[in-house]
Amino acid sequence: MSGSIVAGVLAPHPPHLVYAENPPQNEPTAECGWETLRWGYERLRKDLEGIDYDTLVVLSPHWQTYVGTHFLGVPHFKSLSVDPVFPNLFRFHYELDVDVALAQAICSQAGGAGLVTKMMENPDFRVDYGTIVSCHMTRPQWDKPIVGISSCRATSYYSVEVMQKQAAVLAEATRKAVEESGRRVVLIASNSLSHSHFTTESAVPEDMSKEHIMSHGQHMWDMRAIDLLRKGKTQQFVDEMPEFTSQAISETDAGAFTWMLHALGMPEYEAELYGYGTVIGTGNAVMAWYPEGK
Amino acid sequence: MSIVKGIIVPGIPHPLLCPEKNEGWTRLREGFEAARKELEECGAERIVIYSTMWPSVIGHQIQADPEPEWVHVDELFHDLGSIPYKFKIDAEFGHSFQAAAEARGLMARTVAYHGFPIDTGSVVALKLLNPDNRMSASIVSSNVYADRAETVVLGKAARDAIEASDLKTAIVVVMTLSNRLFTDYIDPASDHIHSPKDEEWNDKLLEFLGGGRLEDVAQLSRTIQDQIRVHKVVNFKPMWWMSAVMGQHNRYDGAVHAYAPLFGTGGAVVSLTPSNEVAGDKEYDEEDVEVFQGNRTVLGASTDGVQQKPTSESNSQAPTLRTTTTPAAVINTDTAPAPVGAYPHARQEGGLLYLSGVGPRQPGTNAIPGGPIKDENGDALNYDIEAQTEAVIENISKILIASGSSLDEVIDVTAFLVDMDRDFAGYNKVYAKHFTPIGATRTTIAIRALPTPIAVEFKVVARAPKS
Ligand SMILES: [Fe+2]
Repeated sequence: MSGSIVAGVLAPHPPHLVYAENPPQNEPTAECGWETLRWGYERLRKDLEGIDYDTLVVLSPHWQTYVGTHFLGVPHFKSLSVDPVFPNLFRFHYELDVDVALAQAICSQAGGAGLVTKMMENPDFRVDYGTIVSCHMTRPQWDKPIVGISSCRATSYYSVEVMQKQAAVLAEATRKAVEESGRRVVLIASNSLSHSHFTTESAVPEDMSKEHIMSHGQHMWDMRAIDLLRKGKTQQFVDEMPEFTSQAISETDAGAFTWMLHALGMPEYEAELYGYGTVIGTGNAVMAWYPEGK
Repeated sequence: MSIVKGIIVPGIPHPLLCPEKNEGWTRLREGFEAARKELEECGAERIVIYSTMWPSVIGHQIQADPEPEWVHVDELFHDLGSIPYKFKIDAEFGHSFQAAAEARGLMARTVAYHGFPIDTGSVVALKLLNPDNRMSASIVSSNVYADRAETVVLGKAARDAIEASDLKTAIVVVMTLSNRLFTDYIDPASDHIHSPKDEEWNDKLLEFLGGGRLEDVAQLSRTIQDQIRVHKVVNFKPMWWMSAVMGQHNRYDGAVHAYAPLFGTGGAVVSLTPSNEVAGDKEYDEEDVEVFQGNRTVLGASTDGVQQKPTSESNSQAPTLRTTTTPAAVINTDTAPAPVGAYPHARQEGGLLYLSGVGPRQPGTNAIPGGPIKDENGDALNYDIEAQTEAVIENISKILIASGSSLDEVIDVTAFLVDMDRDFAGYNKVYAKHFTPIGATRTTIAIRALPTPIAVEFKVVARAPKS
């Protein structure tokens, strides 16, 4: 049977969300905070419960590779992830399985399509916190294997336009490999929308009286992005991505979002918006697309 | 001074993990070894590392886990193998460095968490320069947003902390020269500097560093960023930091131990030994900075549609504001703008009150009603002389009230205008509105400039309150 992409999720990865969630794997504990986003993730999880799938395929901006696109290629990881920027909030003991066969298949397809690719086969490798946060918030049971894909830094070396083109090729490779694998997969684009953020931290990190969007301009960009996506104008959003990326200082420069929207076939149907909220000034939306319906 | 050495090393892991695969990587490995020997021979007891491969966004982070232990894998060159490490970190120094940074207006915090991801560059430097943990170590991050002022001040904070201790200290910077990696995998034997332009600039940099001209390289940082640095997470600022720690001069004996391509980038191991030889004047003379005055606090209020800008206090042109001086017979008030020098707002002698020159700046915010007369670059701005004059008179009134007197008691006014032709009429109109009934004597003088970007200032003598 042919495999398929059954959902695509925009899953922002601020470690603050896991911190606020207080899962047992995380060492520091919080009192509360960022609830609107966490409720958004809750609604997403409820909808995903109704869908049968095998694997999460996630592309994270925080595994940064300047030489090609890399894929996790070790069947099982167990380690401690400490956020390099917010070690006070995120020290997470993770244990996860990798769908190495699917990773290898996407890697081969992408390589065949002309991208530089590499399987990451070092068992001591630490999985980046972006991958962990997005996967945890989407599926905290950690009972589905993942395919972890790095962010090739084409934006740094060339331009957002080149990144977009590479992401489209990677998306096509992902779609083909998924179909051939027979797997039903959920894609995860691990990124926020606007990303200019505070460079100070309040004494109590989860003090919500200090949380707000960094600037009105960013808010306007986020609302525009969400509006286009909710109206099914995905292609227009992707076309505007270079400007969005520079104006909203967005980590969409990593290619995750473009990759996912291409792999979903540039949906002309409406995206489901589960929640929007700010984290240290960045704008974050939890959204999903269901090609086969919910 | 207990800084005995400065060392520059590349952080890309090939010289550590596979030096044998390329002749240049072997030379770099030997360069590390030569630097290690130098550190041993000069008796360095501590190394303080600034790594461009450890980015931070909330101020700067300083490693303070006394014995970090992990098996490190580079996120890009993971196929070259794992790097097990156990380091000896000088946590006490880390805390004093952090305190020194805060004392100079920076935000900084120490990190001491098991499993904290020490960056590849710091790991490579410590493994090769300090393999037996003979020296204790300190590591500081590179803030992604830090500008020159912040980075220089961070260097000075490190210097403060070093001066406060008596350990012989070596300064280590982890960086490549040109930083463009190949974007495809290469045969190790074919490694070369990515472009001839990168190579020319690397040669130039090494000529400077080999000649001990560290401050000159620091002054060239922005040009280096433009010429041979791809924008990654951290821009080219390590030379600002290093020169600031080491004293901001060019008096070093420089030695280039090795220079070779590292996957397209320029890798070099360089040592700088403080010397008394004068290597010539500095190339440029950028403004020096002691305390970081930029304002990054955005938690309090919305920025209303614009990206956060530094406040007027961080305007490098503006003089440092002082807290008011307080000997007897002098009068100061919070209701008037803070003085820009060592003077009080007013002083009573006998039955008279002498006021220091008063401008239009607003107490507390230092905003200038009617706008400043020029911007940070010295370019002229349009301003409203009437609004400035109103504000001057209001400030004078506040000082007089705080002194127990009032505007009605003014006897004599000396007014200073920076542009008589443009401003006299507007100034004179506002003046007349307030002073006609008072009948004070007045002199108006045109002058070249005032110490802040304002157009008008009054010097006033008034009757003191009858005791
Ligand atoms: Fe991120």
